[in-house]
Amino acid sequence: MNLLVALFKSSLGKKYVMALSGAVLVLFVIAHLLGNLQMFLGPEAINKYAAFLKASPEVLWGARSGLLLMVGLHLFSAALLLRENSDARQAEYEKKDLVAASFASRTMIASGIILFSFVVFHLLHYTALQIDPSFAEMHDAQGRHDVYRMVVSGFSHWWVSGFYILSMGLLCLHLSHGASAMFQSLGLKNERNRCFIDGAAKTLGLVLFIGYSSIPLAVLLKVVK
Amino acid sequence: MNITLRVWRQKSRHETGHFEEYEAHDLNPNMSFLEMLDVVNEQLTKAGKQPIAFDHDCREGICGMCSCVINGEPHGPENKVATCQTYLRSFKDGDTITVEPFRAAGFPLVKDLVVDRSAFDRIMQAGGFISVNTGNAPDANAIPVGKEIADQAMDAAQCIGCGACVAACKNASAMLFVAAKVSHLNLLPQGQPEKSKRALAMVNQMDEEGFGACTVTGSCEAVCPKGISLSFISKLNRDYLGAMLFR
Amino acid sequence: MKLNSQIPGGPLAQKWTNYKDHIKLVNPANKRKYDVIIVGTGLAGGSAAATLAELGYNVKSFCIQDSPRRAHSVAAQGGINAAKNYQNDGDSVFRLFYDTIKGGDFRAREANVHRLAEVSANIIDQCAAQGVPFAREYGGTLTNRSFGGAQVSRTFYARGQTGQQLLLGCYSAMCRQIGAGTIKMYPRTEMLDLVIVNGQAKGIVTRNLVTGKIESHSADAVVLATGGYGNAYYLSTYGRGSNATAIWRAHKKGASFANPCFTQIHPTCIPVSGDYQSKLTLMSESLRNDGRVWVPKKKGDKRAPGEIPEDERDYYLERKYPAYGNLAPRDISSRAAKQVCDEGRGVGESGLGVYLDFGDAINRLGRKVVEERYGNLFDMYHEITHENAYEQPMRIFPAIHYTMGGLWVDYNLMSNLPGLFVIGEANFSDHGANRLGASALMQGLADGYFVLPYTIANYLATQKPGSRPKADTAEFKAAEKDVADRLNKLLGIRGKKTITEFHKQLGKILWEHCGMARNKAGLEQALKLIPTLRDEFWNNVNVPGEGGDLNQSLERAGRVADYLELGELIVTDALARDESCGCHLREEHQTPEGECQRNDAEYAYAAAWEFTGVGAKPNLHKEPLVYESVQLAERSYK
Repeated sequence: MNLLVALFKSSLGKKYVMALSGAVLVLFVIAHLLGNLQMFLGPEAINKYAAFLKASPEVLWGARSGLLLMVGLHLFSAALLLRENSDARQAEYEKKDLVAASFASRTMIASGIILFSFVVFHLLHYTALQIDPSFAEMHDAQGRHDVYRMVVSGFSHWWVSGFYILSMGLLCLHLSHGASAMFQSLGLKNERNRCFIDGAAKTLGLVLFIGYSSIPLAVLLKVVK
Repeated sequence: MNITLRVWRQKSRHETGHFEEYEAHDLNPNMSFLEMLDVVNEQLTKAGKQPIAFDHDCREGICGMCSCVINGEPHGPENKVATCQTYLRSFKDGDTITVEPFRAAGFPLVKDLVVDRSAFDRIMQAGGFISVNTGNAPDANAIPVGKEIADQAMDAAQCIGCGACVAACKNASAMLFVAAKVSHLNLLPQGQPEKSKRALAMVNQMDEEGFGACTVTGSCEAVCPKGISLSFISKLNRDYLGAMLFR
Repeated sequence: MKLNSQIPGGPLAQKWTNYKDHIKLVNPANKRKYDVIIVGTGLAGGSAAATLAELGYNVKSFCIQDSPRRAHSVAAQGGINAAKNYQNDGDSVFRLFYDTIKGGDFRAREANVHRLAEVSANIIDQCAAQGVPFAREYGGTLTNRSFGGAQVSRTFYARGQTGQQLLLGCYSAMCRQIGAGTIKMYPRTEMLDLVIVNGQAKGIVTRNLVTGKIESHSADAVVLATGGYGNAYYLSTYGRGSNATAIWRAHKKGASFANPCFTQIHPTCIPVSGDYQSKLTLMSESLRNDGRVWVPKKKGDKRAPGEIPEDERDYYLERKYPAYGNLAPRDISSRAAKQVCDEGRGVGESGLGVYLDFGDAINRLGRKVVEERYGNLFDMYHEITHENAYEQPMRIFPAIHYTMGGLWVDYNLMSNLPGLFVIGEANFSDHGANRLGASALMQGLADGYFVLPYTIANYLATQKPGSRPKADTAEFKAAEKDVADRLNKLLGIRGKKTITEFHKQLGKILWEHCGMARNKAGLEQALKLIPTLRDEFWNNVNVPGEGGDLNQSLERAGRVADYLELGELIVTDALARDESCGCHLREEHQTPEGECQRNDAEYAYAAAWEFTGVGAKPNLHKEPLVYESVQLAERSYK
């Protein structure tokens, strides 16, 4: 208990929470992409995979609540840090040079907030099936939920794909900084691995962007239909 | 060369500040930035006005006293130098230069360009030392320190405590300063007995002083007149985590 | 007034041990009943404050900077000497002692210097234990470099910033005590007067530099560690804030000022580039380990250094002093530079400069090694001059760097005013007429860590615990009033000339007439010029602003006013010392080669001056320097 209090009391503690919850979310984002890419293998693969995920509600809800907790912790510590950080600056400079601070590092809050609203929409769209109720009626020949048709149908709206690709761009931006900063926050960076981790984080962001965006693009370009 | 200066003037922290513009003529490009301020101050004095208050002492980049933000960059446009080692050749004839004090809640303003950086002293008082009374020391060669470790400790120890890291950081975080100070001692064998205590105490004091958290933007490293590496922040994070979990 | 140096009896090497065995002590329970004021937080003041607090005294520590870490000791680059003999090259306490005495041209007190050499080894131990990151060998042991005036490698260093690292060591020790409540720290506070109660120093009057508040502080003893007075010359390598006010006010209250004309001029500084220049920057003497000093053989040779062939270069230090070569002591190297420039062979635009060339070193060792050894100094040179010293030789010229003179102290480091101790550069004791490189850091830390903590007890034990006066007695009130009156007077003049103009003028007088070479006529002229300038100052200076807040002009005005009095004393002393020794070259007394000619029969004394009033001739008291263990010899570095 003391440890928990200490975690949220100190600035470094909050950064550890940010980093650890961030790390889990990064892993999820990678796994989620690998699952999604099965779209390119055709309806059988993706629908089977979806059915497999839902086969055991305990595991599914366990994972979902775990992820939700991570999102919650990530947001909560971000909010606390945001407040402390803006208190720490008080007066702004009239003229401010950005000195080495990358665009991504300066916009973590903004990219984070937009990403969060995307996640809410995304869940309503494809998980809670609230945006287009017809998704709930889609079943394939084996009676499984026809995720393939649902995705194709969803992404065939240009604005859905557009928002999705834009959000993936922000995700890329957020991770290109966050995925390396978490190594820094956890004390895993040093002079030797520093460039590698920074490069790897940027590469990861880019790979995720290309991977995720490929699906709506494929739908729009009718490669997947 | 000629320069137009826009300088922040504020009589005390209880009064509001504003910019004032001054013209400085016939300057030599080999003049240091502070020498240019000297010239302007002489002009102001002769004109019966109040000279600009600014901190400075050694004027060779080691005491850490000088502290202006020049055109939005602490210590001016050149890398790895303090304001006192910034020369007018870094500017162009006819430039307008904006000069502001360091702005951070942890560094309350005193007057004009002078701020109070005693928060750094209090962080040091919390744990920035090795507890060894005079006379207690063993022979200096009795504690061997490998060259690599000694060099790394020296890299951290170079910090001149100027506070540019805080001034540049968008969160006014003092992490680079604290990291440099903690790492210098925590890297050395002499510093091991108090390693955890030091990391905890200094970080906690840093938080209490109202500095923000590190977002790893790297601005601090870029403006640091001694080029202290961000890797020391990583080391501090590691030491603090270890101290929190296992102490 | 009689000066008693209090040198303990016994053979030289036993004096300090004997002394420690027999001094009075303060018992541990009583220590907390004593308050000690320490003014200045450089190596001497910082180490003394930390050590006295560790011992249990209540320490009040004062500095003019915003943090004790910024005292100008921070700027020392090259290193600190210690007789460790880690290099197995024949070093010993006696050799360090002898080198220092000889380096000082036999004008230092033997017993003090021997003590300094004795405790030098403890300093390195203490600093290493505090975490000072000294340079190391791969095996983990400490490494050394050689420095001017010595034939052994005994200088310990931490890259090019040994001063900062040592200062951070004692600053951290101070921080520990401040945190523990045993030191009360007063930053941005300037001492403006010393308070004497019943003939003993019992407190100080200070001005809070932020609020302007004048305050009194009483104590059982007062320690001044406020550094040297080289800024009297305007251009120097001193920090801009370094000043003589504390020691000068103490002098005016009765403390004798010894050997004020012993001002060191450092040979390797970056030459003056223009009239606007506010300070000079030193390039560490360690550069002379590998750099070779030369000028063209031909007068007025304006070719670029690279175009001057080897046989047209005059490596004058190697030529004149083959045994020590480029590592000849500072005064000798400085004068040699002046001579070649006077001959019209100086380099650079002004003709006031000589080359310090690393071409050979780079050929011999490779650029990488040179970079490792001196990289930060080369960078610094580049920042200032915009020239690349890897490709063309550095230009250097001598500049005021240190003052060997200072308040007179006895073996206890106590001035002739009981209760007033003076340590570090502020006193006169250890360097005679010339200080060797890497010895200032050694002396500051020796005084603060290992000497004063013993000797101050010897005095405090004579003071009844709790007997110190309160800070509101008549003596304090009177001193406060003097201080306030003086500040108001400065603010009230509202004349036409700025403080800087006066300061520059004084500096020019001192540099011209009392710089690297001095003569009777010039000194007498300076003695006329300075009082005139001082009178003009008090009638025509313009000190803007008010006394009730941060007013840097007011601070400077007070300091310059003191230099205008001190400058006269420097010249008076130079005129009275009708011999040449160390840094003090009287043109009337030199060998045909331009070396110093000492006059041991008449001038083997420390000149301690007693203040008799502004503009009045001070009284000279002589402390004879008796040499029991060394033979006074001609100081030869050939």
